[in-house]
Parts: sequence; structure tokens; C-alpha cells
Amino acid sequence: MAEKKKLNLKREPIPRQDPHLRAHNFDEVALGYSVDQAKREADRCLGCKKPRCVAGCPVEVDIPGFIGRIQEGDFIGGARVIKETNSLPAICGRVCPQEDQCEKLCILAKKGAAVAIGRLERFVADYEAQHQAVEIPPRAPSTGKKVAVVGAGPAGLTVAGDLAKLGHGVTIFEALHEPGGVLIYGIPEFRLPKVIVKREVDYITSLGVELKLSFVVGQTQTVDEFLNSGYDAVFLGNGAGLPYFMNIPGENYNGVYSANEFLTRSNLMKAFQFPEYDTPIKMGRRVAVVGGGNVAMDSLRTALRLGAEKVTCVYRRSRAEMPAREEEIENAEEEGIEFKLLTNPISIQGNEQGWVKGMECVRMELGSPDESGRRRPVPIKGSEFVMDVDQVIVAIGQGANPLVAATTSGLETNKWGYIVADPLTGVTSKEGVYAGGDIVTGAATVILAMGAGRNTARAIDVYLRGKRSA
Amino acid sequence: MERNGHGPLNEIVLMRSLSPEIKLYKVKSPLIAKKRKAGQFVVVRLDERGERIPLTIADSDPQGGTITLVVQEVGATTKRMGMLREGDKLWDVVGPLGKPTEIENFGRVVCVGGGVGNAVVYPIAQAMKAAGNRVISIIGARTKDLLVLEEENRAVSDELFVTTDDGSYGRHGFVTDELAKVLQDGPRVDLVVAIGPAIMMKAVCDLTKNYHIPTVVSLNSIMVDATGMCGACRVEVGGKTKFVCVDGPEFDGHQVDFDLLMARLRMYLPEEQQAMEVLEQKAEAR
Repeated sequence: MAEKKKLNLKREPIPRQDPHLRAHNFDEVALGYSVDQAKREADRCLGCKKPRCVAGCPVEVDIPGFIGRIQEGDFIGGARVIKETNSLPAICGRVCPQEDQCEKLCILAKKGAAVAIGRLERFVADYEAQHQAVEIPPRAPSTGKKVAVVGAGPAGLTVAGDLAKLGHGVTIFEALHEPGGVLIYGIPEFRLPKVIVKREVDYITSLGVELKLSFVVGQTQTVDEFLNSGYDAVFLGNGAGLPYFMNIPGENYNGVYSANEFLTRSNLMKAFQFPEYDTPIKMGRRVAVVGGGNVAMDSLRTALRLGAEKVTCVYRRSRAEMPAREEEIENAEEEGIEFKLLTNPISIQGNEQGWVKGMECVRMELGSPDESGRRRPVPIKGSEFVMDVDQVIVAIGQGANPLVAATTSGLETNKWGYIVADPLTGVTSKEGVYAGGDIVTGAATVILAMGAGRNTARAIDVYLRGKRSA
Repeated sequence: MERNGHGPLNEIVLMRSLSPEIKLYKVKSPLIAKKRKAGQFVVVRLDERGERIPLTIADSDPQGGTITLVVQEVGATTKRMGMLREGDKLWDVVGPLGKPTEIENFGRVVCVGGGVGNAVVYPIAQAMKAAGNRVISIIGARTKDLLVLEEENRAVSDELFVTTDDGSYGRHGFVTDELAKVLQDGPRVDLVVAIGPAIMMKAVCDLTKNYHIPTVVSLNSIMVDATGMCGACRVEVGGKTKFVCVDGPEFDGHQVDFDLLMARLRMYLPEEQQAMEVLEQKAEAR
């Protein structure tokens, strides 16, 4: 019956803050659907019998199921459907790359625009919270088993929530002074308001999960100590985190930040409110951000909001190869960010006091495809030029943080320092120790970390149920 | 949610002035007290809006569950820390962070401390002594009032020399003057450990380089997360970028680019000044 519905190939636009206004504030850019808009968008869904979209979701959300509830006007019911498989819908609705996952596979995408699954997910999650309808799901009776979760980011929160629902005792150990991981220190307020992260963390703790902050696993205590002191299993979700630099001359001049440092100062430490908050942040007038991913977009748009006059994205390939979400690139363009594509830095120049005063770059062209399948950028001889900048933010990715692996006996890592773990179960080389998220895959997305967390929670549950009580 | 996930409350159980700008704190932090080794540090935050500052652990009492911090009041945060009282609590204490000092029986070890560095070098001298080394300590300060932990350092050293820049106590001059004498006149020194202001560590390294004596320094760069995530603390060692928080804080002093370190330490001087002015205005308004 649903199949006979007339196809509506145009998606309902989402209201956004005006670019001129939002370039100067940290408020959320996308404002979210109203009830009417959500219903109109939901009505476009054909409710396919064999939904392709679900296969594109790392946590297998029942997408036609929750959209069907929206069509019926049961918005809270829609949120509950999502929460059966995804504990953090308000976050995923905002930061998932839906265009590469569920929406990419939507049948409507063949002829027009895919159903805006992410925006609808966000809508029901926000609706549920605004109507104070968030319910604490029933917990299975206590199993008496204890699990230590390392890192309160997307992977850790997901594992913790799932295991708590299954009746296991869960404690999360977080190195920073706030829970959320990259959701707190990395993704800026204008893309993911922190009250939403707090709401989702509160939901996880309401399931009975204990949260210990300012606890650096590998330093304060080790994984082996956990296993020897009553924990039956340990999940490592400590994230990537060691920022890469370009290894070019001048990279340690004052005024060169890693994106991690720049964003942490602004997001976690609230340096944009210095001196009301203690942590300062240096703001250049002409800022270059090197890189083309989501972290680069976040850095560019943060620099703009902190008052930089000119903010330029420097990326060595072309726009088509940029790993950032299309929506975020468009947002950045609308806000007035300049893009210097096919451009690669070769050195950073400093003044006598050791401050950045320019960045020498070379123009690039695309050659034959490399191992990633993307065309390899090749420098054009003689095309060197100097960019007039006084601040450089390096957003070219990050490596594995060694603190946990280096202090855990019998834990295998690969040549880049990432923990070797089965992608489906999180099983590592050490019994009782599981891993998932960026510390296994290298820097990836929130939802992939959550997907890994979800699968691993199942495997840990099976392991714990098979394990005899000590 | 447990704010201080590793222990009760971070209470200051003892606080005492060692000099007009240096205070000693004993802070309740049982897990860190048990775990910490010489050379490691903690990150401290004073309140919800506080910055994260690294402070070296000077000593610990695993039974009593306390760590000892010796803090020079150089900026707004350390000044405000100095206004706390016994019984007050630090908002966050994170650690122990960084790699411990490599302690073994090297033979003759000279421990050089400058200013508040005398508190940092003390646990290292203590551990070196316990490992069977002959420990010669050289501790210095600008003036007599600023000299800290003289007795503590003396107790763990076979020989102790004191210098003050103004000659108000001990030998008139810099720690490097005394070190030059030890290196020139005494038997062969196997290792020098130097901890203090960057300029002092640089001078020590310039000197020991001539004698080809391995020299370990502990760097005090600016940090944010202090777990390897941000790179604020990066320095160049042997031409390579290193993170003080996870690769250090101790490095081969002969490989460290001290000029770069000093430039990076000056990065936030205007903001530090501004924070001090805000603090003074608040103090006046009270």
C-alpha cells in the first residue's frame, strides 16, 4: 500500500541560523524541524518492506519503524524505537554522516533527495527530551559482574549503557574532567550543544552506570590492576588522540596549534570566555587551518567565531576528495570561510620572537590514484607562494594514544599503535579485554565508534555469562 | 558522577609557606600517593572555571594517602591556590602523569635545583641515593628567602652546596658556578640531573656538554590535557617534536632546544598579566 504513494522527491529544508549572524556566535546552526516540518518530511518515507537504509546504519536503527511513528504523530514512540538500538539519538541525529550511511541507501535517493533520516532522528530525540518523556528502560536483574570501561566518549558510553541494561555493573573511567570525549572537547557547541551531550550522559548514568572522572587509565591505575581487583572485563574506548603534525619546518612556532588543542581550549576549557574562565586562547587575525575533514571544518568555523578576520582552509586535494561532511563544508562556505584547495604547506615562517608570520605553500595537482583510491596530489614545481597568516591550526588527523596499550601486559597493537581487536566483537589478544572506537580503527566517526561499542557489548555479555563467578 | 574519580576529595591537609612566594601543600589523594614515582606530576584545577596546570609531585605518603606539592606563585592560578586554606579542596587532581625518572646506580650523580626546582629535584635525589648513588646536590635561589627544601635535600645527599644569586646565603653566584667547580675539581661525575627555570637548565647543559656528562632535565612546558591529546606542551628534542606530558617530562638535556621551550613558555604572557590584573581587582574589591 505504502508503495503506491506518490513520490515526493524534495526534502523539507531545515531552518538554520542566518550565516551572517551565526558566524559571530556559538549557538547551534541547524535549528531543527518543527512538528509540521517533521511530519511533512516523514511522509516522504515509503516504509519499504525491505528497507535498504537500515543496512547502512552501524547500529541498525529501525528507521522505517521510527519514521512510521512520526507519520502517526507518535513522536515519543519514534524516539523509543530508536533507543532500542541507539542510546544517543540526539547526538547521532546531529553529527552522523547520514549522507554516507542510511540516507545514501534510501530508495528515494535514486531519483531525488533521500529522506532526511538524521534530521528526523534529531527531531524525535529532542521532542522526547523537551516533553520530559525520557524513560529509564528496565534493567535486567543484576548479574553480579563488573565491567570497567575506559573513556567516556561515544564508544564507551554505548558499551556502558548496553551492559548496564543487561544487568552488569559498569564503571566508566574518564581521563578528562568532563564526560563525553570528542563530543565535549572536539565537536563545537554550534554543531552539538553541550546540554545535549550532558542529557545523553545523564541518561547513561540513570541506567546505573558509575562515572569516575579525572582518572587516567594506564597512569592512575592499569588495566591489569582492574582485572586483578574484581573487574570481570575491561572495555578500551580511549580514542585516538595523539595529534599529527606535518613535520615541516617552523611547526613549533607560537601560533601553531593542533586542532585538538585549539578545539579543547575553546570547547572543554571555554577559553572563548577568558578571563571569566582561566584558560586563554590565542586568536590570530589571519588564520589558516590545514586539512579537509570535519575537525578542520570545526576549527575553521571556531576561529571565525572567535573573531579572526580571515579564515582559510588549506587542503592538498580538491573539494571532491574532502573527507568532511558536505553539509559542514557548505556551512563553512556560507559563513565566509575561504578555501585554498590543491595547496600544501611546506614551511611555517616565524618572526624574531618565535611567532608565526607566514606559511609557505605549494600548489598541487591530482595524479594517479593512491592506495586510498583517491587521486594522489603532486606538487607543481615552481608554484610556491607565501600565505600571509599569523596563526596555523593543523587538522590532519591523529594517531593512537599509547598510555593504555603501553601499560597493559599481553595487549597486541598494530604498527601504528592501534589496539588489534576483532571488528565484530571487540575481542583483543588479552582475555577479558575488549576494544572499540578510534583506538582500534584510527580516527573515524561517532557512529562507527558507537556501532563498535554496541557489537562489543553483546560479546562482553556473552563472555560474562559464560564466566563462572569467582 | 564522581568528580575526582580516584579518591576522596583532594583535601589540603597541610599547607605551609616555604618562602614568600613558595608554598608546600599536602593533598589527600590516596591512589596517586600509592602509585607515583619520582619525576612524575599531577594536573590540578582549582574550580569549575579553572585552567589545568601541571605540578610536579615532590613527595608522597602512601600510608597516609597524601601527595606533596611545592608551588611557586607565578601566575593567577598559583596565586589563588596560595589563598586556599587547610581543609579546602582542590577541584581536580589528575595523575600521576608523565614517565618516572630512570633510577639506577649510575655512580656519582649531581642533582642541580634552581628555585622551586629544588622541590622537584628532591624526590629524584632521594631515589638516586636509595639506589646506591653518591649524590651531590647543588641547590640555588635568587636570594636566601626563596631557598626551599634545603634540609630535605641535605638529608638525601652526600654533599650539598647552596648558591644564591645575590650572595645572601651560601655561595654568591649561580648553581652553574658551583657545578663547574665540582666538575673541574672532583672525581668523574656519571650523571647530572638539572631542574629549574629553563634558562638555568640550558646553562647547566651548556656546561656539562663540554665534559660529555649525560644530563637529564625536567621540562615545565604549558599543558592542557596532559595525557598526549593536545600537543600544547611540545618541544624539540634532537630535532624531533616530543610531547612533554607523555614522552617526558624528563629528557636528555643536550638534545633539548631550550630557546624554543623558552619562546613557547612566553606564549601567553599578556593573558597571564591580564589574569593577574583581574585577580588583583577582585582582591581590592573585597
